[in-house]
Amino acid sequence: MTSGQAPRHHWPLRQVFPATALVLLLVCLASLMLGAGDLSPQAALQALFGQSSDEANFIVRELRLPRTLIGFLVGAMLGCAGALMQTLARNPLAEPGLLGVSAGSSFAVTLALMLGASAATLTVHVAQLGALAGCLLVLSAARIQGVGNDPVRLVLAGATLTGLLLSLIWLLLMFDQRSADEIRFWITGSVAGRSLDMALQLMPSLGLAFILTLIIIRPLASLALGERAAQGLGHHPGRIRFIAVVIVALLVGSATAVAGPIIFVGLVVPFIARALAGPDIRRTLWLCLTLGPIIVISADTLSRLLVAPAELPLGVLTALIGAPVLLMVVRSRRLPTL
Amino acid sequence: MNSFNRAIPTEHIHPAVELEARQLVAGHGDKVIIDGLDLNLPTGKITAIVGPNGCGKSTLLNSLARTLKPLGGSILLDGQDIHRLPGRDVARKLALLPQETSAPEGMSVEDLVRFGRQPHQSWLSQWSPDDQRAVKRAIKAADLTGMENRMLEELSGGQRQRAWIAMAVAQDTPSLLLDEPTSALDLGHQLEVFELIRHLSADHGKTIVMVVHDLLSACRFADHLVAMHDGRLITQGAPGQVLTPELVHQLYGVHCDILPDPVTGSPMLINMHRASKNPRQAPAKAPISGDNDE
Repeated sequence: MTSGQAPRHHWPLRQVFPATALVLLLVCLASLMLGAGDLSPQAALQALFGQSSDEANFIVRELRLPRTLIGFLVGAMLGCAGALMQTLARNPLAEPGLLGVSAGSSFAVTLALMLGASAATLTVHVAQLGALAGCLLVLSAARIQGVGNDPVRLVLAGATLTGLLLSLIWLLLMFDQRSADEIRFWITGSVAGRSLDMALQLMPSLGLAFILTLIIIRPLASLALGERAAQGLGHHPGRIRFIAVVIVALLVGSATAVAGPIIFVGLVVPFIARALAGPDIRRTLWLCLTLGPIIVISADTLSRLLVAPAELPLGVLTALIGAPVLLMVVRSRRLPTL
Repeated sequence: MNSFNRAIPTEHIHPAVELEARQLVAGHGDKVIIDGLDLNLPTGKITAIVGPNGCGKSTLLNSLARTLKPLGGSILLDGQDIHRLPGRDVARKLALLPQETSAPEGMSVEDLVRFGRQPHQSWLSQWSPDDQRAVKRAIKAADLTGMENRMLEELSGGQRQRAWIAMAVAQDTPSLLLDEPTSALDLGHQLEVFELIRHLSADHGKTIVMVVHDLLSACRFADHLVAMHDGRLITQGAPGQVLTPELVHQLYGVHCDILPDPVTGSPMLINMHRASKNPRQAPAKAPISGDNDE
């Protein structure tokens, strides 16, 4: 540890961000060119530029392009939400999917649909409110127990909440077979078959989340030094945390509304981002914008290829990738503090 | 090892600030620890707050630092209620080193010190050459030049504490509050930190207020001693004048004699023993008289 000349362990953002952006570009191309359909990559590429058969055009433009774009949004939103939540909880395991924030969102949507809401416009805000409730619930539960020093307990509280909400969702579904199909859409995560209209509806929320993030990013970064140190720098930790929770709810609610609950992305993405660029949230968030989409889009592409012509649910794949990372984080040395 | 008696960077000597407590009532929840305390802190000096465990010294410091809201009374910074002032304005006059500090793994010394500039930044004015100079100056003051890129977890306890103090120095405030800055350090590292604190007071003209657990270090390094017991101010003044065997007994229930250190002249406690344990050696002293206790 105390070796004389310690090198800088992280790469500067201006090197690592363009590199990940390049990888993202390749992943997007792969997602457009590969799939279960009977379409060669060359034909897909031609279709992208509008010189192919109607069928190829349809597959690429109406099926693959939307799901790639939605995968992009969902990945970026979940990655950033995970990084924010980990910073505000000072816990590297605080992942919205694991903590029941996504489940809260699904539950709210289920409840709204049960109560007769059907308009797609409703679901985004309902999902965001559900995410907010889930977020506040799990954080206050963690605070009651005085979890402060044990990151794993927060995850336990979150797993409990997730389990509870999922059972409640299934219970609700038993009463109403009619909307069961409609709702299943939101309880297994996927980016397939979602319309771009839905993504457009997210834009105001994303704009708001972006502005709020700009406002609190500097104080939020200082929370990594502890409550009192942040106060000593003139900040108000309570206010900052609350705004960060609102941002997480906006992002996770939006992601859940378009893609259902996708867990582990919010864990894996910030984990890699920190490994590359260091712990400061101001650097981590930039990388989440590229790494999140990389993970989600490549998982989605894989989900189409692995068992073609059928498809694995995206949520299954992210769990397959994410679970080992979770175990690794928990088992690695002492837990890294945040 | 580290000595801070280098050429004095005179460019950054601050105008003094006045920090005072007026009829302060403070505590946690509805548990009152300090009940009606008045205190004026000498500017440009090192003040050490001492007293037994649970006497309210950290509560007092946290109230002064604005991190604990008073239950009654007020803390005045240059005559204004500290809780009515914007956080940024306070953070430009007072820097705080909390008792328990923790930074995420993988943070370098410079990353940490840069946080000290936050009160000087805003939406419009991002990182400036001024900020960069202040960071450099703070790192130099803490004698950490050359270690900017070292990870905090790779440093010794004393170096890490100096890095945290450097963060507070980068805040460029006329006063600095420290909550038990040496509590987790061994003797050598304690001296390292206290010498840095002296350097900041003598050469940078900072007003320093620190809670110190160890009475002797407090006497050695502070210009002004504030003794607390049970949430009340017992006495204050220059260590050589206020430290008496009676005071030590009143604060800690310990009998002792006091001699000046032959080298530094600061008071030393000798022949310490608890009141009841060792009657044979207990010096026949007149009962404590004339003190404001009891």
